[in-house]
Amino acid sequence: MTLVCVKDLHKSFGDLEVLKGVDLDVAPGEVVAIIGRSGSGKSTLLRCLNQLEQHDGGDIEIAGQRLDADAMAPSDLSRNVGMVFQSFNLFPHKTVGENVMLAPVVVRGVDKLEAARVAREVLDKVGMLEKFDAYPAQLSGGQQQRVAIARALAMKPKVLLCDEVTSALDPELVGEVLRVLEALAEEGMTLILVTHEMKFAHDVADRVVFMHHGRIHEQGDPKTLFNHPSTPELKQFISAVL
Amino acid sequence: MGLTLDFLALSPYAGELARGLVTTVVLTVVTTLSGLMLAIVVAYLKVHAATWVRRILGGYVELTRNTPFIVQLFFIFFGLPAFGIKIDAITAAFLAMTLNLAAYTAEILRAGIEATGRGQLEAARTLGMSKLQSYRHVVLVPAFARIYPALTSQCIIVMLGSAVVSQISVFDLTFAANFIQSRNFRSFEAYLLVTLVYLLLAVGMRQLFLLVGRRLFAFRQGGLA
Amino acid sequence: MIEFTLWDIVRNLLLAARWTIVLSLIAFIGGASLGLLFTVLRLSGNRLLKVMIGIYVDVFQGTPLLMQLFLAYFGTAALGFNVSAWAAASIALTLFTSAFLCDIWRGCLEAVPRGQWHASRVLGMDYLQTMRHVILPQALRLSVPPTVGFSVQVIKGTALASVIGFVELTKAGTMLNNATFAPFTIFALVALIYFALCYPLSRYSRYLERRLYDAGMR
Ligand SMILES: Nc1ncnc2c1ncn2[C@@H]1O[C@H](COP(=O)(O)OP(=O)(O)OP(=O)(O)O)[C@@H](O)[C@H]1O
Ligand SMILES: [Mg+2]
Repeated sequence: MTLVCVKDLHKSFGDLEVLKGVDLDVAPGEVVAIIGRSGSGKSTLLRCLNQLEQHDGGDIEIAGQRLDADAMAPSDLSRNVGMVFQSFNLFPHKTVGENVMLAPVVVRGVDKLEAARVAREVLDKVGMLEKFDAYPAQLSGGQQQRVAIARALAMKPKVLLCDEVTSALDPELVGEVLRVLEALAEEGMTLILVTHEMKFAHDVADRVVFMHHGRIHEQGDPKTLFNHPSTPELKQFISAVL
Repeated sequence: MGLTLDFLALSPYAGELARGLVTTVVLTVVTTLSGLMLAIVVAYLKVHAATWVRRILGGYVELTRNTPFIVQLFFIFFGLPAFGIKIDAITAAFLAMTLNLAAYTAEILRAGIEATGRGQLEAARTLGMSKLQSYRHVVLVPAFARIYPALTSQCIIVMLGSAVVSQISVFDLTFAANFIQSRNFRSFEAYLLVTLVYLLLAVGMRQLFLLVGRRLFAFRQGGLA
Repeated sequence: MIEFTLWDIVRNLLLAARWTIVLSLIAFIGGASLGLLFTVLRLSGNRLLKVMIGIYVDVFQGTPLLMQLFLAYFGTAALGFNVSAWAAASIALTLFTSAFLCDIWRGCLEAVPRGQWHASRVLGMDYLQTMRHVILPQALRLSVPPTVGFSVQVIKGTALASVIGFVELTKAGTMLNNATFAPFTIFALVALIYFALCYPLSRYSRYLERRLYDAGMR
């Protein structure tokens, strides 16, 4: 059984073909780490998965629903797919609690009391409950990112996409965010994350996907992939980042 | 012979002055609110509506910004009845001031909206919000926070500009001054006093906006826009 | 009563528009000169002058232009001079313009980064040299778009001279309206003529601003 099913995905920006036929299946509860050089198309792949970019060719199916931006409202998509960004993107004029409650209330029509209950639950999960009434500007980067994760979780997505969620953080703040993701993985959340944290990919991911020039160049379980890369490109990539 | 001023000659007309002041304040408060609301709608439609709607709104904004307020007022008060749309002076004043403020504010607001980070919009979208929902809940308040100083000035300009509605016989502060000087011929004193009242209103409005802004945009503490 | 054809109306309005243009030019040229003087005085370092000019600017920006016109008209009369509406309008609009331009130009001078002063100091330039060779050229470039933009406010401001009886475009409109009872046509035409005067200036100002912005980004 697969939750996310990507077949022969193509995407170009003008003349630049960024995705040249990507196939990827993700099972429920699986944690997939995507690695690869800058410009290899990792972000573009994630952005196609939640239709921030519309793909030009191929098929994407998530939880049995075929993605087709023309036929879909954003609210349909948010039922299945959540996303956390590199730059947090919290809403600056809303408190932590309001950030988390906003989408359930306005998109799903959940009543405020119930939304607040869910918000407390997810904020507790990421260790940010005591900042319920703080504004984003009063939080550190690591704290903001944990709130952003909680905000995505409040919509109860089936799969959570994370694009370099620790890259904008000071080194000493990276750990707290990674620990939250690890806990989510252990709970059985389906995660697709683009990351430069090789140790995290190695320890937490069920599968590592290496992207190169718009294709999946090599993939497999982390131990094998990192210790015995079979293509010269991956070998080179690993030796460069480690 | 020099200047001899007699402000005491104004004292019998305190009632007229008070009436004028109330009218000016009410006009300002109501049109500030209605003008802002209209601007919010116009700014949204100028981005998201069909091309022909955007064209019409663009025409409205440019026409308003490039013609004198007094001409707009006369057009509405004298011109519209020619179409069978009969309106009284105070309604014409409300209408003209609202349309005027909205045109300027929509343009100011657009700049504030354009400064919204792409990340904010993408976050809203991945959370499932429609364009209208993200405009209302995500874009609008930070945009207002960004343009607040310019907005304050514009509202004060409209208050000062409202002096012109006296020309269609709305009993505002300026009309009160006209009225008094037609009775006691102390025109300089009357206009000087009323000018001072306008100045105080402008200063007061600025303080009030500052106070309200500090409460409304408390989230900015910490420096993040 | 005389019959007015559409052409009569247009011709009369266009003739009156000449006075709108003349009054605008007087106000703008007079206001710019006076504003420049105030800007220089403000920079002279005299605290008292600075405060007084600040008050001057605040008063003109914080009161209705219509009141300024009334005061110029009736104030000179109270002082014992009998001036024409024409002179009163020129005086009031000139003062009004000078206050706004002075404020705009102060903003431009302040918008030149402080680092430029420091850098010039380090290079051994004195205050006047820095002003002349470093600050003013930059401030001047910054000041062009908002100054052109403000000329639109001046043109629109001249419409208020109609209230004290000066016959320019708006006054001609109200007079024609009283004679013809075709308010819709007349005020639409009046608005259109103002638009034809103001819109090119607005566009030009925006274009200049855009260009300045692009140059800064490069
Ligand atoms: N909206 C866009 N318009 C034009 N080109 C784009 C756009 N988005 C991405 N690209 C280009 O597509 C290519 C792949 O970008 P992508 O962001 O997917 O790379 P990435 O693997 O995520 O890289 P990084 O590790 O730097 O984030 C790059 O060359 C990029 O310049
Ligand atoms: Mg990327």
